[in-house]
Amino acid sequence: MLIKMPHSIPIHSSEITPEGLYADRRRFLKELGFAAGAAISIGTSHAWAAEPALAPLTASHKSEMAGGEGLTPYETITHYNNFYEFGTDKDDPARNAARLRTRPWSVVIDGECEAPQRIDVDELLNPRVLEERIYRHRCVEAWSFVAPWIGVPLGDFLTRFKPTSKAKFVAFYTLFDRQQMPETARGVLNWPYREGLRIDEAMHPLSFLSVGLYGRVLPNQNGAPLRLTVPWKYGFKSIKSIVRIQFVEKQPPTTWGTMSAEYGFYSNVNPEVDHPRWSQAQERRLGELFKRKTLLFNGYPEVASLYSTMDLRKNY
Amino acid sequence: MNRLLAWRLVAWSLGVIPLLNGVRLTLQGGLGANPVEYLEHYTGSWALRLLLVTLLMSPLRMLTRLTEPIRVRRVIGLWCFAFACLHLLVYLAFDLAFSFTQLLADLTKRTYITLGFTAWLLLLCLAITSTTGWQRRLRRRWIVLHKLIYPAALLGALHYLLLVKADIRQPLIYLGILVGLLIFRVPSWRRQGAQTTANQHFRPNASQQ
Repeated sequence: MLIKMPHSIPIHSSEITPEGLYADRRRFLKELGFAAGAAISIGTSHAWAAEPALAPLTASHKSEMAGGEGLTPYETITHYNNFYEFGTDKDDPARNAARLRTRPWSVVIDGECEAPQRIDVDELLNPRVLEERIYRHRCVEAWSFVAPWIGVPLGDFLTRFKPTSKAKFVAFYTLFDRQQMPETARGVLNWPYREGLRIDEAMHPLSFLSVGLYGRVLPNQNGAPLRLTVPWKYGFKSIKSIVRIQFVEKQPPTTWGTMSAEYGFYSNVNPEVDHPRWSQAQERRLGELFKRKTLLFNGYPEVASLYSTMDLRKNY
Repeated sequence: MNRLLAWRLVAWSLGVIPLLNGVRLTLQGGLGANPVEYLEHYTGSWALRLLLVTLLMSPLRMLTRLTEPIRVRRVIGLWCFAFACLHLLVYLAFDLAFSFTQLLADLTKRTYITLGFTAWLLLLCLAITSTTGWQRRLRRRWIVLHKLIYPAALLGALHYLLLVKADIRQPLIYLGILVGLLIFRVPSWRRQGAQTTANQHFRPNASQQ
């Protein structure tokens, strides 16, 4: 499905996301379905719970950075998530992430830097520094979407803490709280969820720290209140609900990396380098039936210089 | 109402209900954000479930001493095959856009596809030879041929296990049920094995050919 959206026009949330309509449509159809098929409701039926109203955010400027491709509907982006802390099915996070308490929320920035600090997330919601970016998002499972994120360039943010010359990498940590995340008791992954970037990757102008989506603060299932958005890497690199950012000298271990050799540290989107079990040459854009070709670096060739001396097959 | 009719009704509903439910979800847009994936998962799961149900029939006969489980087994098996065909069709249509070269690449490079496709081929053989005519023509060999249901089930369950990223509980449940159903058969297989050995002793020349 292609929805052309002129990005120069300020996007009002009501314009983009007829949430009420969506929810009503689902409920109506669902009830219809129960009436018509009460006897045959054996399969899985989806719970399309209405979301609590999220606070609107304003961005000082907007950049379309997905080659003019149509935005994926809000409903889709918020009901098809990998956030294993809230369950492993794609619709689990939308159902379970309401348990996540996003206020008060602070982030610790420490490690190899001169000005370590604890930052309150509300400090980041300053409309003068917030910008909107429309990025492609490509999951390692070969599906993708296009979303309008709101946030700040990661590099600008990190510079505030004056990383030293020893800061060769940046490690990120997701909140790990069994009470808010009961699903973590099953130990599907090594919690807390950890990710990492090389310092030059983190400082690249495309690296983004998101606090909002579609003109509002992030829904919990999409990584509220603060998440990474690294559009040229597979989605699992874009860590959600960050509580700690640490400058480190050595390449930090990552959660998926510790689970299996199938998930490398770099995990750049690359149609030439297949996942050991499936192909990465194509992807399904959510909302489309047929697959489309996956682009090198997810269509962000400007990052190629970061890896000019590297063998991308070895450093997958 | 006679008992066989009741069993037949249950056997048919095991296929018809999930099929209608799938059609209902599709028509109502209830397949979620990734409908193709949903349909693949839905049809694949039902093929696997119905396969396990067919394997439950002979233990049921042994436990209840009824003949009906065996008499409705074919219908359930054919519904299993129908779901396996839908599963394959969705994959061929939407994942591969019917590209033969891509299918070949997947078959040679992707272990889970190789396993799944092999399982479908086995089911195809069983579906074709499921008629009473073929049963009569093949006689004892029919029974041997239809033991292919065991490798088909194993391949199907492994096919599922291999495509899951980290949370392997679901495929392990299927695999566990399958192993349970197989273990249940071990005593009767051993009896049969003993009988075959006894027969060979009785006709020593038969093995010398």
